[in-house]
Amino acid sequence: MEWKFFLEQAPSGGMTYLGWLGSGVMWTLLVSICAWVIAFSLGSILGILRTTPLKWLNRGATVYVEIFRNIPLLVQMFLWYFVMPEILPTSMGDWLKQTYPNLITLPFAQFSLWEFTAAVMCLGLYTASRVAEQVRSGIQSLPKGQTNAGLAMGFTLPQVYRYVILPMAYRLIIPPMTSEFLTIFKNSSTALTIGVLELTAQARQINEYTFQTFPTFAAVTIIYVVITLTVVMAMRLLEKRVAVPGFVSQGGH
Amino acid sequence: MGDFDYKIIINNLPFLWDGLLLSLKLFCIALVGGIFFGTLLALARLSSWRVLSYTSAGFVNLIRSIPFILAIFWFYFLTPMLVGKITGQQGEAVGPFTSAIVAFIMVESAYYSEIIRAGIQSVPRGQPWAAYALGMNYWQAMGHIVLPQAFRNMLPIMLTQAIILFQDTSLVYVVGLKDFLGAASKAGQISGRIVELYIFVALVFLIICFGASRLVKYLQARMDAGRV
Repeated sequence: MEWKFFLEQAPSGGMTYLGWLGSGVMWTLLVSICAWVIAFSLGSILGILRTTPLKWLNRGATVYVEIFRNIPLLVQMFLWYFVMPEILPTSMGDWLKQTYPNLITLPFAQFSLWEFTAAVMCLGLYTASRVAEQVRSGIQSLPKGQTNAGLAMGFTLPQVYRYVILPMAYRLIIPPMTSEFLTIFKNSSTALTIGVLELTAQARQINEYTFQTFPTFAAVTIIYVVITLTVVMAMRLLEKRVAVPGFVSQGGH
Repeated sequence: MGDFDYKIIINNLPFLWDGLLLSLKLFCIALVGGIFFGTLLALARLSSWRVLSYTSAGFVNLIRSIPFILAIFWFYFLTPMLVGKITGQQGEAVGPFTSAIVAFIMVESAYYSEIIRAGIQSVPRGQPWAAYALGMNYWQAMGHIVLPQAFRNMLPIMLTQAIILFQDTSLVYVVGLKDFLGAASKAGQISGRIVELYIFVALVFLIICFGASRLVKYLQARMDAGRV
């Protein structure tokens, strides 16, 4: 297999093909991490709401989860990117299409701030529905006695959540949350359909220019696997560090 | 939003219907193929023969750690090459649909094998032992005793995965296939009304997948009730 072509000058961006791969990794990580911040915070709120006795908020969170779970991610990507600017009031739509993309010039990118934002919003809001389910099932897997004991001690319900339920629930859901982050990381490749040049898009682009299909895809596959393994190991360490002695989580993962 | 043009959807219904049929076809083939090869992968993974079990684990973990779209690209390039090697004819025309089917079966078999492995492990060890004690061989014990119970236990999860698979069929858009989303996208470009078409696609998916997930919930509740 010939790998040397990675060091040749690529047709644009003033970089080698290796540079293209590097910028692909950077954008994959940036999109994933920004989307994860949205997914984790919104998903936590929704998941917690679904376990509370607040009837209307509870129902609203359920509707959110059902809508975002049951529309394919790629369709959601198109809704954000193509449809949203059209259904907003004309002035706002025009602002999104014309002014917003030029607010900042993104480094090493042949796409604008709008593609990046649409991808992050789409991935974040979509994954929030999945995170919400994990948070909910984590909370519901705790014995009911914990809440009751907290309330009997004179805690208010928010205090029970803050000091009793959530610290336990979040420890329990570290493994499923790790896989949710890895899902967002893999799903970030759908952003290539709206022009974000992340890692998979770079693989396609390099292949189109060099016809070195096998080494290109092999290199990108290795990068994905290495990042996945790194995240898995880091999260295992975290899980061990925060484990509460004596409280055994179900099944060793 | 006031100028939502319903006519554009009605005019394109036959075209969209063909797209939906292609999505459904891909879904059915990938589902059957994925469960079939997923079962084999799971059996290989649980095999006491190390080489087999490590190979299966390696394949499953590799597929599961790369994006679905990257797997589609891989098989988009690999399938024509492999088919050319097998038939001995270079440049054999393998359409994107065939490549997509191969990619989907491969990816789904990896995902299903993890579900099926858990299902097999949920069957008490005494069951295969009893089967062996009765003189059954490996395939008889698996086929008649273990797998039927395993599939029953994991039916809800397998159906949930099927709903995810149905949503994932939209990813074939990246190799230019006219599935439901691809057809809508094409019709949208021609008519210049992408808004109506994408919203329509989203609603159809929402109705199908929401309905299916309700059905799975109902099924699960009935199964739980049956288990005393």
